[in-house]
Amino acid sequence: MSEMKKIKNLKEFSTSADRFEGANLLCPGCAHSIIVREVLNATNDDLILSASTGCLEVCTAVYPYTSWDASWIHIGFENGSTAVAGAESMYKALKTKGRLKQPDRKPKFVSFAGDGASYDIGFQWISGCMERGHTMMHVVLDNEVYANTGGQRSSSTPIGSSATTSPAGRKSYGEKKNKKDMVSIMASHGIPYAAQVSPNKWKDMVKKIQHGLSVEGPSFINAISACTTEWKFDPKDTMAITDLATDSLVFPLYEIIDGHELNITYRPKNIVPVEEYLAAQGRFKHLFKDEYKYLIKEWQERVDAKWAQLQRREEARV
Amino acid sequence: MANKGWDEFEIGAMLRSFEGPIKDIATTHQEDRAYSGNNSFTASVADWRIEKPVFNKDYCIDCQFCWIYCPDISIISRDKKMIGVDMDHCKGCGICVEVCPTNPKSLLMYSEQTDEEQALAAWPAKDTSKADSKGEE
Repeated sequence: MSEMKKIKNLKEFSTSADRFEGANLLCPGCAHSIIVREVLNATNDDLILSASTGCLEVCTAVYPYTSWDASWIHIGFENGSTAVAGAESMYKALKTKGRLKQPDRKPKFVSFAGDGASYDIGFQWISGCMERGHTMMHVVLDNEVYANTGGQRSSSTPIGSSATTSPAGRKSYGEKKNKKDMVSIMASHGIPYAAQVSPNKWKDMVKKIQHGLSVEGPSFINAISACTTEWKFDPKDTMAITDLATDSLVFPLYEIIDGHELNITYRPKNIVPVEEYLAAQGRFKHLFKDEYKYLIKEWQERVDAKWAQLQRREEARV
Repeated sequence: MANKGWDEFEIGAMLRSFEGPIKDIATTHQEDRAYSGNNSFTASVADWRIEKPVFNKDYCIDCQFCWIYCPDISIISRDKKMIGVDMDHCKGCGICVEVCPTNPKSLLMYSEQTDEEQALAAWPAKDTSKADSKGEE
């Protein structure tokens, strides 16, 4: 592992100079930029970044402005990860040939994508990057919906959520399929590092980002990004909702090293019932009608089962 | 390049964040950067705001929670101290007020028209009703 920026506490972290700029057009209270800031501030190295189509891309590159103070590229919906992988391959080739102008500077390669561009559309591309073993990091800003285009369901949308293509109404309780377990899928490629992070646990997040950036080979980060517009809550509650997600274990924080060594990195002192997480968001409002109450019970059972499974995996090291 | 029309904009052109050479951007703070007209830092989203945060430094303990959780890079922290709010880039989401752990809070939301001096003069007193609940860890 290479030398990383030392961040002992939040005061020390706050001396970082942001490389992501304000006056981007993300909604007030959007968690995307909180995640991006925590990722970029975790390192002082040069960065080569990409963003796949999604909220982050359309809002940070509005003509004639850019919000990125580092090399940044956007191509298509699916190939943000491969764009960065290509840059990484070129860097390696130039390094081997001794043609780098500043060989002592070691850039980090990071691609950002939403859950639509990662779970669905860019899935094959990301899988390819992980399989080929590029030294890069892929960060998913998981807001569980295609928020950029008006809230269509993605394969990250959880059961019972009302999205515009799976709306709740008289005949339906909304989305009927469960969320895809992307971290396990990516870890199954045998990559050196895969982790789930949450912006409210900044220290855990920075630690994981630094681990991911310092390994040789690909790393995959899945970050929960509360969406005020599509999850339907007040912009000021972004961090409160994220707290509920991690404390109710709906979004457990763990890492998988080399595809098998699972570590749970955050165990809430007081586990909050899933009901509280659901009740805080407008997209689950209909679940509190009498006829759909059973779904809340199922939610709790599913979350408990996943937590038990994670603990078993951690113990068994498989 | 900032003043070019859409049809004068070359395909594959790059938007430069800075004017002139920048040696190490990761250690250069915003006030020392030579932003180009293409950097969104030079734009303003102040007209998005309905409510604005007002900062009272008397109660601030420099915990930096507002800095880390600000989505718009609008909390200005230098040398581990919270200095103030960047009103050009603040969208008024109110996250900084929610995460502020002090009692009374050192950041509060006021309507955009409120005079800052008046708001500071009429700052609420310490709330003793829930002394042993949150923020006392």
